[in-house]
Amino acid sequence: MEDSAAAPDDVLRLGGRDLRSRLFIGTGKFGSDALIPDVARASGAGVITVALRRVDRSLRGGDVLARIPADMQLLPNTSGARTAAEAVRIARLARAAGCGDWIKIEVISDTRNLLPDGYETARATEILAKEGFVVLPYMSPDLYVARSLAGAGAAAVMPLGAPIGSNRGLATKELIAILIAEIPLPVIVDAGIGRPSHACEAMEMGAAACLVNTAIATARQPVAMARAFGLAVAAGRLAFLAGPGRVLRDGARASSPEEDSLTGFLPLEERQA
Amino acid sequence: MTALQDGFFPRLARSEALLGLLEQAQALDVRRSLAADRLDERDFLILLSPAAEPFLEETAQRAREETIRHFGRTVQLFTPLYLANVCTNRCVYCGFNARRGVARRVLTLEQVAEEAEAIAATGLRRILALTGDAPARTGADYLAACVEVLARRFTSVGIEVPSMTVEEYSRVREAGADGMTMFQETYNETLYSSLHPAGPKRNFAFRLDAPQRAILGGMRSINLGALLGLDDWRRDIFFTGLHADFLQRRYPEQEISVSLPRLRPCGALSRSPEELAFTPRPVQDRHFVQALVALRCFLPQAGITLSTRESASLRDRLIPLGVTRVSAGVSTAVGGHAAEESKENGASQFDISDPRSVDEMVAAIEALGYQPVFTDWLLPGRDDLPPGIRAALGQDNFYYSDFR
Repeated sequence: MEDSAAAPDDVLRLGGRDLRSRLFIGTGKFGSDALIPDVARASGAGVITVALRRVDRSLRGGDVLARIPADMQLLPNTSGARTAAEAVRIARLARAAGCGDWIKIEVISDTRNLLPDGYETARATEILAKEGFVVLPYMSPDLYVARSLAGAGAAAVMPLGAPIGSNRGLATKELIAILIAEIPLPVIVDAGIGRPSHACEAMEMGAAACLVNTAIATARQPVAMARAFGLAVAAGRLAFLAGPGRVLRDGARASSPEEDSLTGFLPLEERQA
Repeated sequence: MTALQDGFFPRLARSEALLGLLEQAQALDVRRSLAADRLDERDFLILLSPAAEPFLEETAQRAREETIRHFGRTVQLFTPLYLANVCTNRCVYCGFNARRGVARRVLTLEQVAEEAEAIAATGLRRILALTGDAPARTGADYLAACVEVLARRFTSVGIEVPSMTVEEYSRVREAGADGMTMFQETYNETLYSSLHPAGPKRNFAFRLDAPQRAILGGMRSINLGALLGLDDWRRDIFFTGLHADFLQRRYPEQEISVSLPRLRPCGALSRSPEELAFTPRPVQDRHFVQALVALRCFLPQAGITLSTRESASLRDRLIPLGVTRVSAGVSTAVGGHAAEESKENGASQFDISDPRSVDEMVAAIEALGYQPVFTDWLLPGRDDLPPGIRAALGQDNFYYSDFR
């Protein structure tokens, strides 16, 4: 994509990098890894996640890493880990295998719903952050877990919008809004985003970025969908920066820009009466 | 060798009462079940009923959609490795039946290493090691030794062997196996007795609990199946699905998958009277498809394996409907990968229908718009690195402990 940044000076600073696009993409579920370079280009994304368990550099032409554009930030993930110890080992393996210092922690021990285990994730985060990793933990949008992760040295938190692969969108919207308001780290919405409009909405809310994999990889035309997501994320970000009006639950309200100061002419004592 | 207190048997017995639904289900029930957000056991049974046959296309559409959502357009590849065919059982449908006059072999560890070498050279990283049932010669000690050899070559080593105790599973797990496949053959206990006239396998309950004992022994991925063609397929698929569901709920951290092995001929040599008395109940293709798509709708997250018991053309058509793992480059003969002569001496467990090599299978999967996946598994509990990562590091002897 030409320029996926919403505004010229708007960058997401993460792990010592300035990211112009706030879309992160994945490498799983594609019918062919050969699509990855085109998807990456069309999306404009600067960060791409890859499951270390899928990496096999000894395969002829089958190495997913070889498909990733060199200028993208690689974000290996610990998919397959069921405990903190396993996630830590996979992260160290990723570093040893030349995948860099960024790590997305996924600790999942429920194969029915694929929900992340917050306690184990926090333990792994603490260990890896101390070892100098840029730790991006995948989590359920729980305020207390998010605080633990922040305290443990996470570089961002990655709450799920809906169960992984469900394409249900921002089913956890209210909880994500709380994280955005309370957690002093970038909040990157990960999982569940099924359509560009979902990603756009997350960005309008003030999310720092979105990670989208299934919705792109399983679209009929993944490259076109990648571009749609890139645009949607940029649009949502631009809207957030532009300061959207409040959404009212009941009835309408005058749209006059003076609405907040309608009684501003009164002396303070009278306003409080 | 008593049944586990909290095993699957009580659920199996309780669910028998539901089987009447197979005959009672109407088109309206099928529509309702197909529209359910998450299928329960009744919905599953309804999708297996004759009433669901006219809805095969709708069910297939849902199955395909669920599969793509959870697995994307990817298919894992593996191959079976027959370690031995000595067997003390007399399963009336099996080519390794103790009374069959076939050549018997037990691979030495050197031969296992040769087989592993030959298979690894095709690019495969996932293997399933099989033996017959001969505890004295190919019991847990032998198996653990073989697994240790295989674990050096493959990122995932599964076993498909006779039922073992928790301690035995644990030993094999320590040796480097992470997966266990167990076909109950049939969930019909009466029929099971008549099909298994002699040998340790006669114990229905001990086999039924084997997957759970394997989990207790530390096995991480469990694959279940019933041999289709022994009993009424609807019934056996129903219980296979329930068994998987039972294990998934009880051990949510485990990876539970299912296979749909369909009975194949196994050579025509020297049949005993008990073998001749066995009448298979063949499963037609359309029923086989119904079984597959119903399983997928009931267990959206479960892996589904399809072996070379099915023909190349059928396998290619079934992949989009929910299959997530296929075998390739298969030999069902002991030592059939490294040595040419074992391929021809007739001592195979069953006749395969899809002889495609790994390269041919890869090409076929890619032609479908799917991605063949060789490795999607790291065994973090093991000390040596998976071969693909080792290659990345350019080191042959790199251990986790080096950077602990």
